[in-house]
Amino acid sequence: MERGPGPDGARRALGCLLEAVLASRGEANAVFDILAVLQSEDSEEIREAVRACGRLFAALLERGELFVGRLPSEDSVLAGSQGATRKYKVWMRHRYHSCCNRLRELLAHSSFEVKELALSTLMRFVQLEGVHPLEKPKWDGCYLFPHQLFKAVVEGLLSLEDDCSLLLSQFREYLEHDDIRYHTMQAATDIVVRVANRYLEVPFTFWNNAFTLLSAVSLPRQECNTSSFYVKHAKLSQTWKVVHLKEHRKAFQLMWLGFLKHELPLGLYKKVLVIMHDSILPHLAQPSLMIDFLTRAYDMGGAISLLALNGLFILIHQHNLEYPDFYRKLYGLLDPSIFHVKYRARFFHLADLFLSSSHLPAYLVAAFAKRLSRLALTAPPEALLMVLPFICNLLRRHPACRVLVHHPLGHELDSDPFDPEEGNPAESRALESSLWELQALQQHYHPEVSQAASVINQALSVSEISIAPLLELTAFEIFERNLKKKCQESVPLQFIPAQGLLGLQDDLCAQHFTLS
Amino acid sequence: MGKARLAAFRRKGSGAPAGAQSGRARPNPNPFEVKVNRQKFPVLGRKARHAVGQPGVSRARAVQKRTQTLLKEYKERDKSNVFTDKRFGEYSSSMSPEEKMMKRFALEQQRQHEKKSIYNLNEDEELTHYGQSLADIEKHNDIVDSDSDAEERGTLSAELTAAHFGGGGGLLHKKTLQQQGEDEEKPRSRKELIEELIAKSKQEKRERQAQREGALELTEKLDQDWKEIQTLLAHKTPKPENRDQKEKPKPDAYDMMVRELGFEMKAQPSNRMKTEEELAKEEQERLQKLEAARLRRMRGEDMHGDSRKPKHLSADDLNDDFVLDKDDRRLLSYTDGKMSVEEEQSREASDGESEEDHHEDPSDENLEESSDPDGHSDLDSDTETEEDCGRPDTEPRLAPQKRLANNGHKAREAARNELPYTFAAPESYEELKSLLSGKTMEEQLLVVERIKTCNHPSLAAGNKAKLEKLFGFLLEYVGDLATSDTPDLGVIDKLVVQLYNLCQMFPDSASNSIKFVLRDAMHEMEGSVEARGRVAFPGLDVLIYLKIAGMLFPTSDFWHPVTTPALVCMSQLLTKCPVLSLHDVVKGLFVCCMFLDYVSLSRRFIPELVNFLLGILYIATPNKHGQGYTLVHPFRASGKNSELLLVSDEEDTATWQRTGLSLRWASGLKAQTKTEANHTRLSCLAVCVALVKHCVLLYSSLPAFHDIMRPLRALLTEHLANRTHPPELQELCQSTLSTLTNMGKQSQRCRPLVCEKSKPVPLRLFTPRLVKVLEFGRKQGSSKEEQERKRLIHKHKREFKGAVREIRRDNQFLARMQLSETLERDAERKRKVKQLFNSLATQEGEWKALKRKKFKK
Repeated sequence: MERGPGPDGARRALGCLLEAVLASRGEANAVFDILAVLQSEDSEEIREAVRACGRLFAALLERGELFVGRLPSEDSVLAGSQGATRKYKVWMRHRYHSCCNRLRELLAHSSFEVKELALSTLMRFVQLEGVHPLEKPKWDGCYLFPHQLFKAVVEGLLSLEDDCSLLLSQFREYLEHDDIRYHTMQAATDIVVRVANRYLEVPFTFWNNAFTLLSAVSLPRQECNTSSFYVKHAKLSQTWKVVHLKEHRKAFQLMWLGFLKHELPLGLYKKVLVIMHDSILPHLAQPSLMIDFLTRAYDMGGAISLLALNGLFILIHQHNLEYPDFYRKLYGLLDPSIFHVKYRARFFHLADLFLSSSHLPAYLVAAFAKRLSRLALTAPPEALLMVLPFICNLLRRHPACRVLVHHPLGHELDSDPFDPEEGNPAESRALESSLWELQALQQHYHPEVSQAASVINQALSVSEISIAPLLELTAFEIFERNLKKKCQESVPLQFIPAQGLLGLQDDLCAQHFTLS
Repeated sequence: MGKARLAAFRRKGSGAPAGAQSGRARPNPNPFEVKVNRQKFPVLGRKARHAVGQPGVSRARAVQKRTQTLLKEYKERDKSNVFTDKRFGEYSSSMSPEEKMMKRFALEQQRQHEKKSIYNLNEDEELTHYGQSLADIEKHNDIVDSDSDAEERGTLSAELTAAHFGGGGGLLHKKTLQQQGEDEEKPRSRKELIEELIAKSKQEKRERQAQREGALELTEKLDQDWKEIQTLLAHKTPKPENRDQKEKPKPDAYDMMVRELGFEMKAQPSNRMKTEEELAKEEQERLQKLEAARLRRMRGEDMHGDSRKPKHLSADDLNDDFVLDKDDRRLLSYTDGKMSVEEEQSREASDGESEEDHHEDPSDENLEESSDPDGHSDLDSDTETEEDCGRPDTEPRLAPQKRLANNGHKAREAARNELPYTFAAPESYEELKSLLSGKTMEEQLLVVERIKTCNHPSLAAGNKAKLEKLFGFLLEYVGDLATSDTPDLGVIDKLVVQLYNLCQMFPDSASNSIKFVLRDAMHEMEGSVEARGRVAFPGLDVLIYLKIAGMLFPTSDFWHPVTTPALVCMSQLLTKCPVLSLHDVVKGLFVCCMFLDYVSLSRRFIPELVNFLLGILYIATPNKHGQGYTLVHPFRASGKNSELLLVSDEEDTATWQRTGLSLRWASGLKAQTKTEANHTRLSCLAVCVALVKHCVLLYSSLPAFHDIMRPLRALLTEHLANRTHPPELQELCQSTLSTLTNMGKQSQRCRPLVCEKSKPVPLRLFTPRLVKVLEFGRKQGSSKEEQERKRLIHKHKREFKGAVREIRRDNQFLARMQLSETLERDAERKRKVKQLFNSLATQEGEWKALKRKKFKK
């Protein structure tokens, strides 16, 4: 085989070989030459070879020149006395097999173009194999899908070493087809189980890839009649599992439960929990099965607990989950960091929901209010602007708690009876206390916070203040708002003349800092 | 409606004068024509407008008017041509025919006269015949002698020419002989004569004018001469004859002087000088007003919670009772000598109030300086001496400069002489930078000072905008200086004063500039926070901007357009920026100091600051989780930087001396040795503990004092237990802790909260509303506009009714006319028919008679 220099030469040479193989069965050995180029070092040549392979085997599959049925070993067939056609088909099927193996290896190639091309070629094979199945149907109208090949593809995507997020985003297009989605879920479940069993320490990249693939699967909300199939079928039979959304849900549930029962890295926990309420729970066949995972996450503490709240809320609210000591745990979640974490808005939105019930005991609500106001002593202004109305809302909803801000008959106390270390809201003695913290915050440096805290000086108004617009408030918004606020008269000026950068003698800056 | 309006107009237009006329014509009307509208009840003060009416007269008038107008229109209804009589006074009814004729004749005469007298240039009017006066002709005193032409060298005498050819009398004597030959053709020569006449009269005019001009010139020359002499005559008033000589009085120096004297202001009676007590009292009042304004701002307009705590009302007055005549208050700095005198007078109460005078006066002074720059090569020394004598010792910022001045006066003088005295205000930041770069600190200050002086707003209209821009540029320059590798903090230190002065002049633009730089800084942070959730501490420039903002604007206000955003900005610095290095610690502590300076007067609570100090204390302890405190963002309980400030080297600990932290640490100064770094660590810790102590003192009055300070107390106890600190630091910790305990004991006991009692809502009362009637006869209870509107509506109604009535009358009149026309036509017809029958009857009779005759025959 003579080859010209460069990819052009390679393309021409491969083209000739391809035509030769397709033209006559006598030239079949040229397939080896094509497959040899797949092993090349040059990514350009590999791509040419992949294209050639794609064309070649696509044509062969369409012509039905590959052996159908359980594949006997190559040597036995070649040695046997079957007809030449059968021998050729078996031989060609073996070549096809090795080609697919090589393509699957190429999914881990360093060049993204090669990966992409290999993926699209493999998916084309999957499509053609689905139409022209390489196994004999067990009965008429039996659903056939190239499970082996497809599983290999998914396995290639869930690499243990490389981050395949780019390739997975390519794969996302195929997931829009019902059959591909279904089989992907099945394959992913198998692979996760296999990998977790095989390795003691599963690498982080695998979990990441798996999560990317899993989160890419999105089921339709309700069953739709026009299901789109990647593998074109003449007619769809209702006996096929792949047609029913229920089966999809089962597969979806299996996949996620299988994935989540393993020890995941912490970052992944957060990612899963963030999408939990929106894209996982509604699609599960039995959402209550997720309780194990959510409880585990809720017990972890910190931001993960905050995120698990959302899923738990859905289970409690829509699926009648009985969760013992829920409020106690929620109370335990309140620590100074909640005002600084990224999920502050989500947490307070849920907390508002949980505490909105008017059937809660007064001691509980009082404990929450007291604890929140204690924490408010460490909060930045943007959080204070949200949490102060929140506390006031609690007091409005539960008139029994108003003793916290209005207790005319109370005696003077030596110290605050509230116990901040107590984990049980029932024993925190919050009802005996008062919200002195809010009184302290009336002296806050920011005028709006000071005003918000001063609300408790008067009798509280009846209507609640919606905290929804305040949840996402950031310091930058406050800053911009303050800048834009117009001053009616001219700007007031400092009348003590400036004397230097560090200010006057008795200023702290001048005391503790020097210019030199 | 159109017709109606027309009728109304007619009624108005011609009715009024006609009525007036008739009223005038008949003062005593026929008593039978008068109808008296009797009043039922006489009301005092009411004018009866229609007590007496003349229905007959007015009806006749109306009919007459309609005959003149409506009937005419009716009769001419089918005619398209209109005849207009343009004769004078044809339609004027106020002229008698004789008057009309007289006027017409006069007009005709005038018209004719105007046509004739085009060429009559001389004013005297004279009737002429062919150019010769009729009067002369009538006299016949000129004898026409045709034989005498030879005698006068072939020239005709003027009289002769005039008599023969007409016109141009007395002008022909200049004619030459040849011309005379041509003059045989009469019409041509006459035309020429007339032209010549015109030319001559024009020449005469010109001559007269020249004469007058000559006289004027002479006068002017005389004036000039007089002026020359006048200088010699000093201020002696010139003699009246001298002035009389001049034909036309021209405004000269003397006149002007007289006028000026006339307009000069008379000496006004002035207020008496105020005594010192009065001045002091005035100062006191002014100060009281100022304090009231500041307190109001600090409380905020709708801040009600403070009424319960009167001590916060006065939080601004340095935590002591406000004493107006306190001597130890810092005095205003005045920049020129003039004000310092006044300052001495009012020294006992000179707090900041008089900024206005303060920044006005130097400008005046500078104005004088810059107005006479010629020949003042020692301007600098001038200002210097002024500074020396004028600026009181209360200005410590100038002290080092003055010392310098004494030491190297000459060298600096030489250097300064190179600087130009006037600077154009820079139009761009680059311009300012090029002006300032490469100069020493004093020179830079001088340049800025001079720019300010040369472009004072009182000098030119556009200077205000220029100086406003200068503030922004200076701010940018300060930022640039701060971000450079070796920040020139000395220059910034001095420029702050200039910024302060400019800010006092233009508060609005200065606040906008500061807001702009703060927004810039915040935007940078925002981007980073959104991308990564945290942000590195910004450069020194942002810190310096914040510091400057605090110095230019009052930090104690409840809400302030500049300082409130600055506070938010500092809060962000303390909550979003993780402490990763020693530089960050220094920056953070500097921000803490600024923060506390901001609230030093208002004593407001800063949660972030307490958190930050807690974090700093934590990173100075060995990592072990203690009880009683929780770290918050941006500090972590464990990790790379959780022992940043821990000093383990005992030798370094022993050699440490407590000094102030250098701001250069904040701008990326690298520690030279490990010992130096350790010393800085200990200094940071010392500053931190000192700030904690400050906070303890500041917040001791807060209700939740214990809860705020509990974590700090726990960590401080831990520090104290850890005996590795140097003794000085140990002592500081000890004292802080003891203060904390004392304050804790002192702070009031926990009293349960009680809401303010809200006022009971008053019951609704149903007493009748009483309205005072101010003016009878007017519609009450409505505004002026409403009344005016009602009046107009009423007027419109009346006018409308009147118009409808007029239309009805018009129609009646027309119908009457048409009826009479018809009747007339019918009568005519009847008459004609009768006539016809008559003639026919006659004819018939005659015919019958003839027939009868025939038969008879």
